[in-house]
Order: sequence, then structure tokens, then C-alpha cells
Amino acid sequence: MTDTMHEGGASTQAIAEDVLLEVRNLVKEFPISRGIFFKRKVGAVHAVSGVSFKVRRGETLGLVGESGCGKSTTARCVIRLLEPTSGELLYRAVAEGAVGGSEMIDIATADKDTLNRLRRDIQIVFQDPYASLNPRMTVASIIAEPLVVHGVGTAQDRLDRVKELLRVVGLSPEHTNRYPHEFSGGQRQRIGVARALALNPSFMVLDEPVSALDVSIQAQVLNLLDDLQEEFGLTYLFIAHDLSVVRHISDRVAVMYLGRIAEMADRDALYDRPMHPYTHALLSAVPIPDPRLELGRERIILEGDIPSPANPPPGCRFNTRCPKAQDGVCDVEVPELRELEQNHWVACHFPEVLKVV
Amino acid sequence: MTPPLLEVNDLRTYFATEEGVVRAVENVSFTMERGERRGVVGESGSGKSVTAMSVMRLIEPPAGEIVTGEILFNGVNLLAMSEDQMQEVRGGQIAMIFQDPMTALNPVYTIGDQLVETILLHQPVRRREAREIATQALVDVQIPSATQRLDDYPHQFSGGMRQRVMIAMGLSCNPELLIADEPTTALDVTTQAQILDLMLKLAEERGTAVMLITHDLGVVAGFCDTVQVMYAGTIVERGSANEIYYDPQHPYTWGLLSSMTRLDQAQRQRLHSVKGAPPSLINLPRGCRFRPRCDFAIDICGKALPALRQSGGALQESACHRAAELDLASLDAAKLAEERVR
Repeated sequence: MTDTMHEGGASTQAIAEDVLLEVRNLVKEFPISRGIFFKRKVGAVHAVSGVSFKVRRGETLGLVGESGCGKSTTARCVIRLLEPTSGELLYRAVAEGAVGGSEMIDIATADKDTLNRLRRDIQIVFQDPYASLNPRMTVASIIAEPLVVHGVGTAQDRLDRVKELLRVVGLSPEHTNRYPHEFSGGQRQRIGVARALALNPSFMVLDEPVSALDVSIQAQVLNLLDDLQEEFGLTYLFIAHDLSVVRHISDRVAVMYLGRIAEMADRDALYDRPMHPYTHALLSAVPIPDPRLELGRERIILEGDIPSPANPPPGCRFNTRCPKAQDGVCDVEVPELRELEQNHWVACHFPEVLKVV
Repeated sequence: MTPPLLEVNDLRTYFATEEGVVRAVENVSFTMERGERRGVVGESGSGKSVTAMSVMRLIEPPAGEIVTGEILFNGVNLLAMSEDQMQEVRGGQIAMIFQDPMTALNPVYTIGDQLVETILLHQPVRRREAREIATQALVDVQIPSATQRLDDYPHQFSGGMRQRVMIAMGLSCNPELLIADEPTTALDVTTQAQILDLMLKLAEERGTAVMLITHDLGVVAGFCDTVQVMYAGTIVERGSANEIYYDPQHPYTWGLLSSMTRLDQAQRQRLHSVKGAPPSLINLPRGCRFRPRCDFAIDICGKALPALRQSGGALQESACHRAAELDLASLDAAKLAEERVR
């Protein structure tokens, strides 16, 4: 399907039927303040600076980047755990009362009641399965909590639902009265997934869900996420820094650098024909468990470190480290995210296909 | 005949906890040659870090104890040394860099002070010369404007730069062996590439042997000549990198390799996964420690702990009762994963 609309533009055009979430020009800045009694704002951390993307129903969009690129901030804005500074977060919700109808809601400006309703439909799974489960609650009360909050069913209904959910995520229904510390990391992450599933959401934000797990356990959780998506028709926004994991699970991938999207494309297009110099460097840096292949691989080693988001460089944010940067262009003009091939969006003044994987 | 650089014999390191004795390392024996780059691979709790800490004698009683074993470095038993002699070895002949450079550096001293301290401890030089050596060490790890940065504090460096400082400190006394415990795990992937590139270059130039401890089989593939795979406190397989990656003999090694997502793998297929979770090191299963998670376990596996035996390639050894009969490399992991669902 061809997108005629500019993904970067703040168009008010109605969004396509199959799009579940459309993020338009999302900006999130955290103020930096000085002074003890009279706090004054002396600057801002530009965590996310104008990010636009779409998530289609039933697909997995992978959002990748290194620490400080704004991927988690984007995710947290999408579910309004953080208040966006500006931008639209259009979400296609099932209309209240109506059968089969849908309405567009801007998550960014939704009021409390609307948000409450939306949060049944949008759930999140966090990275750290140790920090995201209350150690003083039993598994049953953890998983049932969303049901209690939203007033679903009687106590017995909820317990039945908890047992069903435990089965769905591959844990034993007898485990309801145990505490989180009695489980391994992988099992805890399953509990986190069960909690997210409790209200039958259609959209799940997965914020580094397997990063804290050992390799052999990672595979178990990735398979589970795959199965759940198929079984319940879920849509995923999958945040991760591991490009191999993202390749495995995503249908489309967006690469972020310092608060902006550098490149976005269908999965194989991004890995096989990356066009942005940052994507090139990023992909070439990921080690592959294959000694002979590694021997022949050319690494693009970037100079220096990622600049501070409190003081991002002018022009293209990657220009300070980019091997292709040209003075007077890249350090002056912000490159727009343009659709250079069908569904392949690149924000670079000098894009070029380079095979690095 | 000159002895190998490092020879570990029958090492056992235990930790006493309230729940019981944690057998973190059990019966571990291996040797390393000069200039060798060895990958020590395993998941959390496999004993890879404890092995390294034991070599450095950083296990402090009463919490933990090296129960039995010999650690010969250039033929001399480190376990028989006095603490003073050991101080000479640590940082001098064997250096170690850790995962988290922020906690490994002292935040209240400048980088220069910390480097100079190490150098003064191990080399017969004056403070002024030590500072020159320190500057050169920073130049070697490609830290820009090294002379000025010597007077900066750790917090003024980024994560990647701090790890460079750690490498500079580790290599400042020209050790024969560098132990790197997950040196890039806390770093972003592009920074990881920078650091590995640097370590490889420096180790090759100086002929330093490197023991690279990591859970990332990808990192090992590009860095190491030889690999030892650890599971629940024991070495389950070892060999050259090519042998291990292309013809694994132990079901755990095979399971790890086939459960990895790969950057160069295009089709979205079901991942093979190692079922279950690693055992508690207090309550180890009888027989082979991998048996409860193994797809190929038979009767004997529950009875006797398999020893490392030659299997596969010339340098390859595997601790599996069935290593000889199983042809793991020819299995289709994705197909097995599909079948397991049904």
C-alpha cells in the first residue's frame, strides 16, 4: 500500500482504516531547572523531537535505537505515562456503545475518563521483570489488578480469568498464591505479559521485554509473544536495542537517533537495503554468532559518543558522527523523513543503499 | 617445556548462604596459552565470573571459598601465594576489567591519580614518569586530548570512554593475561564495536592473552580463537571457535546457538528454545546438570555426571554421555521448535 500522505507532516487528513495508531510530530522535552526557591527553566532535554509513525492493526512495529535515542520516552508518551509536550497520538478506539464502529481519539489530549477507557485497550510490558511486579503481592492479585481497577467481574470471575491467563502464558494455574520472588526472570516476564493481557487489549507496548533475560529464556518469551499475537490478533509496538531480536519479531522497523526517526521501512528492506548512514553503522556493529562470517565483515566504527540531548547538534542530529556529513548542508538543514522507496522512509541528505548484514 | 600461561586444575569455589552451599564452580580445569583469546560463555549463574574471580583470588572468605584446586600461572600456583605476592600479580601480570566501569573506578579520584597509582604499584618508576606512562596509556586507547583528560573525574567520561580508561588501566603494566568480564554488556552496540575493535588491536599488538567472559555468542564469534561453554558451574564443552559454532557437540551449546535471534536471519520462524530454567546451584540435579532441560536425555544422564571427552573436532571436548551418537549440527532447530508446539 502506498502512502501518499507525508508521514512527517501534521496533516488532518483522516487516517487509513487499517491504522490503529498514528503518531504525528510527537515532541517531548524535559525541563532543566536551576535554583532552589525560584526554579527557573534554563534549558530542556530534547528527548523526542518530532517523531511520526503509524502502527497498522495486527502488525509489529519495532522501534530501535541506542540509549538516549528517545524510544522509551516515545512509548511512554503513547500510553500517556508521560505528558507529551506537543504532537498528536491518534488512536482508533472501538466506539462506545456502537457495534463494530470505531472512533479516532487523540491520546495526547484525551480527558481522564477517555484515557481510562483507552487503557483497557492499550497495555504495556516493561523491561525489568524484577522491578515491575510488586514483591508483596501474590501472582493472583498482580494479574487481577487491572480487572479490579476497571471493575470487571466478581472475585470468582477474576480468579478464573487469572488461572486462564496463567495457562495462556505457559505457567501453571496452581501458581496463583505464589509471590514474584519464587519465579525466575523468564517466568516473571510471563506474569507481566499475563497482567497486560488481562483486559483483552488490542494494542501492546513492549518496552525491552526480553533485554533482561538470558538467551535461552529470551527465545521462550519471544515465542510466547508470537503465539499471543496470532491467537488474539494483537498489535505490538516493540521497543528494543537488540537489532537481531527486532528483526525476528517485527514487520516494520523504525530506527531512532537522538530523538528523531532516522529510517523506517519494512523489516527486510531495512536490514537488506539500509539507506541511512546511522543504520549502516548500527547494523554493522551487531555481532553475528558465526566466526567465519564475522571474519569477513566490515565494521563501520563511529567516531565519538552520542551528543547530549540537552544540547543536540543543529541540522541533522547525526552529522557530528556521520562519515558522509558535508559542512554547510548536514550541520545546517534538518533532513526530512522522505519516502525514497515504497514504504521506505529515510531522513538523510545523502542516502545510499549499502549492504552491511 | 615451558608451562602454559594459565593452568586451572580441578577448581571448586563454593559460597555459604543461609539456604545452603552454592556450588558456583565445580571441577573446572582448563589451560590457556600465551596470546590466546578465549571466550568463556554461559548464562547468569553458570560460574564464568566466579572462575575469573578465583583466578584473581578475589573470592573473600567467609562469603566464598576456593575449596580445592590449583591455579598455575606460568607454572606457579597462585593459590599458594601470600597476599603480598598476589598483589604483585594482580594488575601486574594479570589484569581484569569489569562490566560496569562506573563502579570499578573510584569517583573521588581523577583518572590520572588512579592510573598513576596502578603504575607506581607495579613498575619501578617515579611519579613523573608514571604520569607519562599514564598519558601514553590513554593515547593508546584513543582518548582524545589525553593530557587534559588525565585530570578529569570518572563522571566526566561517557560509558564507552570509561571502559577505555579501564582498558588503559588494565594494560598499563603490560599484563600477560587480561581478564575481561562482560566488558561491553553495559554499552550500546556501536560503542561495543569501538571497544572490541580497540581490545583486539591492543591485544594483538602486545601479544596479550585475553579471557573474554560473556553471555553473547556473537561477541565471541568475532573476537576469540577458542571457546569454553559453562553451565551450572561446570565446563560442558570447549574447542576452537569454529568447532563450537559449526559443530556443537553438547546439547546445551547447540540449544544456545539455535535459540539466538540472528541479524542475518531473514524469515520469521519459530525460535528453538531451551526449555525450563537453569537449576539452583544449591540443589543440583543428579547426574548431568543439564538433564532436566535436555531434549536428548536418556537413563544414564540421570545417574552419572559426564566428564569432558574428545568429540567432534581435534581440539573439541564435550561433557555429554551422548556426544558421540548425536549429530546436533545436522538438526533443524526451527523444525524441532514447530514440532514441540504440536
